[in-house]
Formats: sequence, structure tokens, C-alpha cells
Amino acid sequence: MAADLVFYFFSVIVVGAALGVIVSRNQVHSVLFLILAFFNTAGLFVLLQAEFLAALLVIVYMGAVAVLFLFVVMMLDVDFEELRRGAMQHLPMGIAVGAVLLVEFIFILNGVHVDGPAQAAGVPVTNTMAIGQLMYTRFLFPFEIASLILLVALIGAVVLTLRKRKGVKRQDISSQIARTREEAVKLVQVASGEGAKP
Amino acid sequence: MPVQMPDINLVTMLPEILIAILGLVVLLKSAWGDENRGGKLVLMAIAGVAAAAAITLGSGNGSSFGGFFINDPFARAMKLLMFLATALVLFMSMAFMKRNKYDGGEYQVLTLMALLGGMIMASAGDFIVLYLGLELMSLSIYVLAAWNRDDVRSNEAGLKYFVLGSMASGFLLYGITLIYGTTGTTVFTGVATALGHGHVTSATVLGVVLVLAGLSFKVAAAPFHMWAPDVYEGAPTSVTAFMAVLPKVAAFAAIFRVLLIAFPSLHSHWNPLLQLVALFSLAVGAIAAIAQTNIKRMLAYSSIGHVGFILLGLTAHSGLGYQSVVAYLAIYIFTNVGAFAVILLLNREGVGDEVADYKGLAHKRPMVAFLMALFMFSMAGIPPLAGFMGKLYVFMAAIQSGMMALAIAGVLFSAIGAFYYLRIVKVMYFDQPAEGAFAMPLDLPARAILAVTGVIMLFWGLFPGSLLAWSAASIKVFL
Repeated sequence: MAADLVFYFFSVIVVGAALGVIVSRNQVHSVLFLILAFFNTAGLFVLLQAEFLAALLVIVYMGAVAVLFLFVVMMLDVDFEELRRGAMQHLPMGIAVGAVLLVEFIFILNGVHVDGPAQAAGVPVTNTMAIGQLMYTRFLFPFEIASLILLVALIGAVVLTLRKRKGVKRQDISSQIARTREEAVKLVQVASGEGAKP
Repeated sequence: MPVQMPDINLVTMLPEILIAILGLVVLLKSAWGDENRGGKLVLMAIAGVAAAAAITLGSGNGSSFGGFFINDPFARAMKLLMFLATALVLFMSMAFMKRNKYDGGEYQVLTLMALLGGMIMASAGDFIVLYLGLELMSLSIYVLAAWNRDDVRSNEAGLKYFVLGSMASGFLLYGITLIYGTTGTTVFTGVATALGHGHVTSATVLGVVLVLAGLSFKVAAAPFHMWAPDVYEGAPTSVTAFMAVLPKVAAFAAIFRVLLIAFPSLHSHWNPLLQLVALFSLAVGAIAAIAQTNIKRMLAYSSIGHVGFILLGLTAHSGLGYQSVVAYLAIYIFTNVGAFAVILLLNREGVGDEVADYKGLAHKRPMVAFLMALFMFSMAGIPPLAGFMGKLYVFMAAIQSGMMALAIAGVLFSAIGAFYYLRIVKVMYFDQPAEGAFAMPLDLPARAILAVTGVIMLFWGLFPGSLLAWSAASIKVFL
């Protein structure tokens, strides 16, 4: 009973915060709502006794990803008012499709009893240990593919943003060190009354 | 808890390992290579792909990682198609790189990683592996689509593909969670066993529908096709050619595996859906293409129509149907690569992608125009070209399975679609060329690709026996 109450408490906040992400006028508020949603999802994970996933969500998503989002949103100069105006045209259609989908999903999923996977027999382990044991054994292959996906994301980010602009003065340390006295210094005999000529 | 390692047979996944290592080597070579390394890296990548193809052909059946990875004749056939597509498109993109003065290796690396993702999808025996393969492939292609950073349309293409692709991934994942929740496993064979015991709930069916929707997005089947025309138009032509072939083969391989290995018992649920999607795709492909003036947009709609034909073969749900799908995919790859090679050849120096830019091509470049006409006739399905054989077998399969109405609709839409293919032929042959048009040089890669694809169009059209035997052998695992 108490667990039910806690579940609904977290769920309501998650749904509310998710709505806040979409509808808030200020995009910084959107990101803050997103963080709120993440935090309460972490609460739901704790409720499922998945404390490792909850900690991951807080550390990785709230600590790193959302803060990164915040930086990006603050640094990007995007006119969100204009975007919003364009979006308003599609709003009725979007709401209609969304409502139909929602009703369908509720209709279909209502009363469905989800068995869930059977509990593994044997010595009980903490779920951090269980994840560790599975990730590098049974799920080694997906783990490796995920690493390649991250590599592609890395390459993609560099490819799409790295620009070698011309005319930018860069410090080239090796050429600085390689300079000799002969090529760097020129001795000029300056005649009196005329000044140094270039 | 004792730690149990799954059975790891690295030998069965040698082609994947080779492509992954090749990608990393190309990446390192591009960082520390000499001048003019772009072309060399392309050749290196093609050589690696050819080696992977040779290994794939020589490898036997097997599975690895406890059924997560499956190597069977179907996976090998699909991978072979992907190798061909990737090698041809890489070869083709040399011209694109030269024109853009691009001399790096990231383009090739991303192409190889997309290929790797597609290969993993074709060999997936588990929903998690399938999803990760899909993401690996898609993420690489999103970046490739936005390759021309200074071009607004290319940026738009990349962003649009990325946002809509993420949404499709969301659908796919939601479907997978529902299936996992109701069956307790993500392994295809395990799901089939669980469903075989009559344990089917409405939530499972919803999961199947969502998975199908996610995969339909990747093949650009109507009504999940909205992104295709804009993305095809905006992306650089060599990338468009790539995304017109590789993701289609990979996603169709995945659809095969999911529907026929994981959900064979739900056939009565997914088949009507598939038929509906096929009908929509045929209609959109035939009718919406007529109004297009941009040839890349037109080919985008044309590919939606082709997806409709392929789905038609799939819904026939018979050996002949599956065989026709594999054969159609093979033909589709060569036709599309050929057509895009012509577009890439022509869209340099001011001459754009408009259909009007093809005016009088036959007067200046009779051979190129002839080949383009060949590709267009093949897409329209006119004998004696390969495209006709593909369509013929799809219709035969549909009629054999008693889907008369759909087969008739297919023939009708095929006839409507012929109009816009023939319009290009008309523009090339009967309009007068503009002054100074088509002065471009015909470089070696373009010649080679046009020759290969053109010959194959004719060969498979006249002697389809080898193709049919090959495709029949590849789908035996599903019968």
C-alpha cells in the first residue's frame, strides 16, 4: 500500500515534469523539468529495488547529460518563439493523433497482466553485481556494439563541428623551437640620419 | 553466483570483426596518413569489404554469444548484398570526395560502421542486438546525410533524419519492452517458444505492431515515409545512394528475422498490417512521384514504391514470396546504384538535380543517356530488364498465395509509376540540350559502375536463373 502511494507520487511528478519539458516557454525551464523527470524516474527504480540503475540515472543523466543539455541550450542562439509559431500549426493534428494513440494504448494495455521474467534461482546477489556479471558475459556482444556506437557518435560530433578556418593564427611549437638564430635575426647597418629601411 | 560465459564462436563472426577493425584502421590512417589519402583509403575500404565478402562466402552456419548472433545462409546472402552495395557506393563516392576536395577518412569510416550495423542486424538473433545494430547503422548515416555542413539542405536532411529516426527507435524500443514484458525474453527463438504456448496477449500484439512500425520507418514504407524525400534530396548524392540501398537491405533482413523467427505464430496479426503498408507504399510511390521535379525526390518516392513491391512479396508468406523479396532487393540495389551514379555524374558544375537538367542528354552523351534509360526502364519493370523479373516474381508469389486484389493493385500502380520513369527518358531523348551542357568528364569510377550495373540489369533480365537459384537457397531457413 505504502509502495503504491510512493509509486503514484513519483509517477505523477514524472508525467507532470515531462509535460513541463514540452510546454514551458523558457527552454532552460524545460531542461530543469527534464532533470526533475529523471530524478523521479530514479525514485521509481529504487522502488523496483534497482538501486544501481537509480544511482546511474542520477549520476550520468542528471549529473552529466542534463547539465550538458543546459549548457547547449544556453549557448545556442535559437529563436524558440519562431519555432513555436511553426509548431502551433501542427498542434491540432498532433494532439488528435496523440489522443488516438493514447486511447488505443490504454485500451490495449488496460488489465494486461505482465508476468515479467522469472527470477533467477540461486544465491541472491546485489543488482550491481548481477549487472556486472551479465554485462561482461552474456551481454558482452551488445556491450561491444554499444562501444562502437559511442565511437561513431564521437566521430560524428567531430566531423560535423570541426572547422579548419583559414587565417587563424595558431601556435606551432615545434616550428618555434626549430628556429635558428640565422633565419630569425638580420643584422642591418643603419646609416646615420636615414633610419632603418625595411 | 558462478559466472557463466556464453558460447563465443568468433570464427562465425569473422566478417564483422574484420569490418570493425578495418574501420578503426582507416580512422587511424586518416589521422596520420600522407597527402591524397582520401582515395587510397577508399580503395583500402573496398579491399577490406571484398575480403569480408570472401570470408562470408566461405563461412559455415553457426551461432555465437548464446544465440545473439546467427550466421545462416540468409544472413550471408543479405550481407553479400550489403557488401556489394557498400563497395559500389564507396567507389562512386570517390568523385564526390574529389569534387568537395575532401581528403580525409571519416567518410569511409562512417560508411564502414553503417555497413557493420547492417551486418549485425542481418545476423541478429535477439532484440537487443537488433536494436543496437540498427542504431549503429542509423547514427552513421545521420552524420553522412549532414555531410555538407555549409549546405542548408544537407543540414536539414541530417537533422530531419535524426529526429524522426530517434522517434522510430522509440517506437521500436517500446515494442521490444512490451514483448519482453509479456514473454520474458528478448531472444527471437525464446519469444517464438513463449508465444507458441498460446501465451498471446493484446500487449504482445501491440509490441509486434510497434516493432513493425519502427522497422517500416527504416525502409521508408508508407505511412512512415515522410522523411525520405527531404532527406534524399538534401543529402549529398553519394550518401543518398548509400541510404537508398544499405538500410533497406538491413531493415528487410531484420523484418524477415523478427516476423518469421520470433513471431511466426502471430502471422494472422501482422500479415494484414503488412499488406496495408504494402498497399500504401505502392500508392504513395506511384502517385506522389508524378509531381516531383527533383530527380532525387522522385527516386525517393520510387524507392517507397519498390518497398511496396518487396512487402507484397513478403506478405505472400510462401517460399516463392520470400525468394522474390531477396531477388527484388538484389535487383533494386544495382538499379539504384546505377541511377544515382548517373545523377552524381551530372550534378556537378551548375547542373543540378532537376529533371529539366537532363534535357537532351542523349544528344551529348548517348551512352550515359542509354544507361540511364536502362535503369529507368528497369525500375518501371519493362522486359527484358532485371526490374521486370523482380516484379514478375513478386506478382507470381502474390497470385499463388491468393492475393489477387493486391496483385492487381500492384500492377496498376506499377503502370502509373511507369509514367514518371518514362518522362525522364523522354526528357533525355526528345528535348534539346542547353548550350554547353554535359561537358563533364567521364571518370573511371563512374564508367566502371555504370558498366557493371548496366550489364547486370541486362544479364539478370535475360538470364534470371542464377539470381533465382541463389535467392531460393538463401531463404531455406524460413521454410
